[in-house]
Amino acid sequence: MTIDRATGAAIATSRFGFGARPGELVAVAGDPRGWLSEQIEGPYRVSAELDGLASGREALAQFLAGRAERNEARKAIERGTQGNPALPPPDPVRARLQPIYQAHAEARTRIAIGSAASFRERLVHFWSNHFAVSVDKGICLGTAGALEVEAIRPHVSGRFLDMLRAVETHPAMITYLDNQQSVGPHSELATRRARQLHAESDAKQQRIGLNENLAREILELHTLGVDGGYSQADVTTFAAVITGWSIGGEGGRQAAGVPGEFLFRAQIHEPGTKTVLGRRYGDGGEQQGLDVLRDLAAHPSTAKHLATKLARHFVADEPAPALVDALAHAYTRHDGHLPAVYSALINWDDAWQPAPRKFKAPQDFVYSAFRALEVAPRETKKLLAPFELLGQRHWNPGSPAGWPDRQQDWDGADALMKRIEWSVALADRIGNAHSALASSDAALGVLASGPTRTALTHASSGAQALALLLMSPEFQRR
Amino acid sequence: MTTRRRFLHSGLKLGIGGALAAALPGVSFAATPGAPRTPPFVVVILRGALDGLAAVPPYGDDGYAHARGAIAIARPGGPQGALDLNGFFGLHPALPLLHERYVARELVVVHAAASAYRERSHFDGQNVLENGGEHPSGSASGWLNRALGALPGHGADGLALGQNVPLILRGPVPVGSWAPTSMPEVEPELIERLRELYAGDATLASRLDEGTRIDALVSDDKSIGGDPMQKAGGGVERLKAIAEAAGRMIAAPTGPRLAVMDAGGWDTHAGEGGAEGQLAGRLHGLDQVLDALRRGLGAEWPRTAILVCTEFGRTVEVNGTRGTDHGTGAAAFVLGGAVQGGRVLADWPGLSPRERHEGRDLRPTTDLRAVAKALLRDHLKIPERALADVFPGASAVAATRDLVRA
Repeated sequence: MTIDRATGAAIATSRFGFGARPGELVAVAGDPRGWLSEQIEGPYRVSAELDGLASGREALAQFLAGRAERNEARKAIERGTQGNPALPPPDPVRARLQPIYQAHAEARTRIAIGSAASFRERLVHFWSNHFAVSVDKGICLGTAGALEVEAIRPHVSGRFLDMLRAVETHPAMITYLDNQQSVGPHSELATRRARQLHAESDAKQQRIGLNENLAREILELHTLGVDGGYSQADVTTFAAVITGWSIGGEGGRQAAGVPGEFLFRAQIHEPGTKTVLGRRYGDGGEQQGLDVLRDLAAHPSTAKHLATKLARHFVADEPAPALVDALAHAYTRHDGHLPAVYSALINWDDAWQPAPRKFKAPQDFVYSAFRALEVAPRETKKLLAPFELLGQRHWNPGSPAGWPDRQQDWDGADALMKRIEWSVALADRIGNAHSALASSDAALGVLASGPTRTALTHASSGAQALALLLMSPEFQRR
Repeated sequence: MTTRRRFLHSGLKLGIGGALAAALPGVSFAATPGAPRTPPFVVVILRGALDGLAAVPPYGDDGYAHARGAIAIARPGGPQGALDLNGFFGLHPALPLLHERYVARELVVVHAAASAYRERSHFDGQNVLENGGEHPSGSASGWLNRALGALPGHGADGLALGQNVPLILRGPVPVGSWAPTSMPEVEPELIERLRELYAGDATLASRLDEGTRIDALVSDDKSIGGDPMQKAGGGVERLKAIAEAAGRMIAAPTGPRLAVMDAGGWDTHAGEGGAEGQLAGRLHGLDQVLDALRRGLGAEWPRTAILVCTEFGRTVEVNGTRGTDHGTGAAAFVLGGAVQGGRVLADWPGLSPRERHEGRDLRPTTDLRAVAKALLRDHLKIPERALADVFPGASAVAATRDLVRA
């Protein structure tokens, strides 16, 4: 498909990036494809916005401290030294983690709004959502941002396997999917416990054993995909393989290691050779799980699963099979080197069709609006308010599957009304300070339709025109 | 700050009936004399796989206390014991209001039930539960939307509680969605201009129509608007306020009649708890929310049926982290004034390892589609022949008998 440079610039910034900032279309028009490809290679560049954010280890330390305070407060209530039977707010865990969450969410938002490499930034958000944790689980309020900074960002232009290992050994994922206490039934600890408890009645004893949550979601969501060819037996065995993948700190039997850092606990690891997806893995302790991850990353089902999600995210809700095959082929041929996959994506001609095929999810809509109008609020709470209002708080998809990625997941009638309400409020703050037509030229360029331009011209106020621009089909879609 | 309450169509301020008549040619509700209105039907989806053996403990099964160990719910009578249903099953002690409905013969408890899905992915499981078919993919519409299309007479509107529409209610029939807002109302003129702007975009145009219709409904009842929601604060109180508001919307003379609401957080892999703890807290919230929905429905409650279901159950045995992993057979609830309640509907398979599905899960003996089909046929009066389109592949699944009052 041949498109002119102005169209190419509008597509590059909107479909592949977070939307054009004023002046960006002109800068990109020289070489739209080149603008994208120069973002996907090269070493990780740390943004200044990330300075000073809490690390995963610090977040875990705050969680553990808050939990200790909470337990102390509960004990005080039980002893009757405190009159109120309910725990007085604020919950100490929440009080410690909420500021960490807000700082990370603000940093990620400001980067998305200000970035000159917004394709790369979208890739960060894509992978962060692929490896989703959700802050409705208390501990993740502290660790979600750190997972993105420590395990996603460094590997966005690297190999998938490195990202996979970084994520699955990160305290945020270990604790989100409950692996830290998953115990091998024949591990040293379980054997010792069995001997101790032999005489006791087993009805009340605290059982120790496997938890298959992390193992299942690695197979289903992170690598092979739900139809990727694994069985329940693979899930259970893989869960045994990664027993011992835990975190340091905590009290009692968990006291070893550096609090909040990944720790392989040999005493709860299930010993022995194991077979996952028909392949035998020797008794190698921690290495056994790393070996399985290596083979999962190289599996054709993983290539197809990742290719489908990338194509769906950037091109169309139901991407063409040929595009998926091309991306999967690039993945396999280049040994999971992600820039090769991105390169195949931006060189796929059909991805440059001017007609939009994706409806923006709320976060992307908000970023693009803030970028187009250059009006991000300075105050943290105000900056983050639209994500709450529009139903897409940072790192809060509610499940390890992450946010869904099709139009019908986001285009409810009420969702549209809330976008309108927010657009009006934002436009009202700006009033007549911006020309909506100029903003349209700067953000949508040649993609703005005749009817939209006419509507902007005929609007009864500058603010109304801006609200119409943000709610126009061309701005809602990409 | 005012809330979004008013509805203006084509620049004319109309009463609600007029506004709807203007916005909805060909659809009428109370306006048709003689034709009975569709009775309220609400589906509540518990996402994450509710542990049916905790919500509805089969305390009379010898294997129960052994399999559940420290998190087993005690037999009725003692402290924190189950609330008895029939001498074999009980309700979790955090469900006292639901138990009141059982005593009032307005609740049927279904156990060892499952959709057609037999794997253990939440997301595929939810897809099957919602698309009403046999496979996770391949259907872009949900069975509740197809039911809307099959309603006799003048039909009814569908409503999703939440900003967006879950799969169960997606499909060819346009439906509304609603969640409370704290934002100022939007000038009607802007809405009109957007309507023009969306002339070439059928989806956005349809959503805008539905959105303004729901606004009209909310404007008619001040108790539904933003202020009570904000007073309610967060957590369960807020959910209760939303559920009560939803009940009022459904009960309104021009309200939608088929609604869906969903709630997550049931995926209790670790630290599930027993009579107290994580799951008990969720169940307490569910108990309160269902009762708030009942209060909101008010005079319509006697005509109401509510189906509470989840994508699958959880393992019979406790796992190594004091929780339970993904299973198969689950519990479900059918409640409402229209329900012939006070009964447990279960062909109990037993809990011993050889009685389990694949040695680990509660074996499903009731097809959830039998229950859903009964509600569509006997409650919503959808003709039997139309049910084949609503639940493709379930022609051999006979609708449960006598679920609703004659």
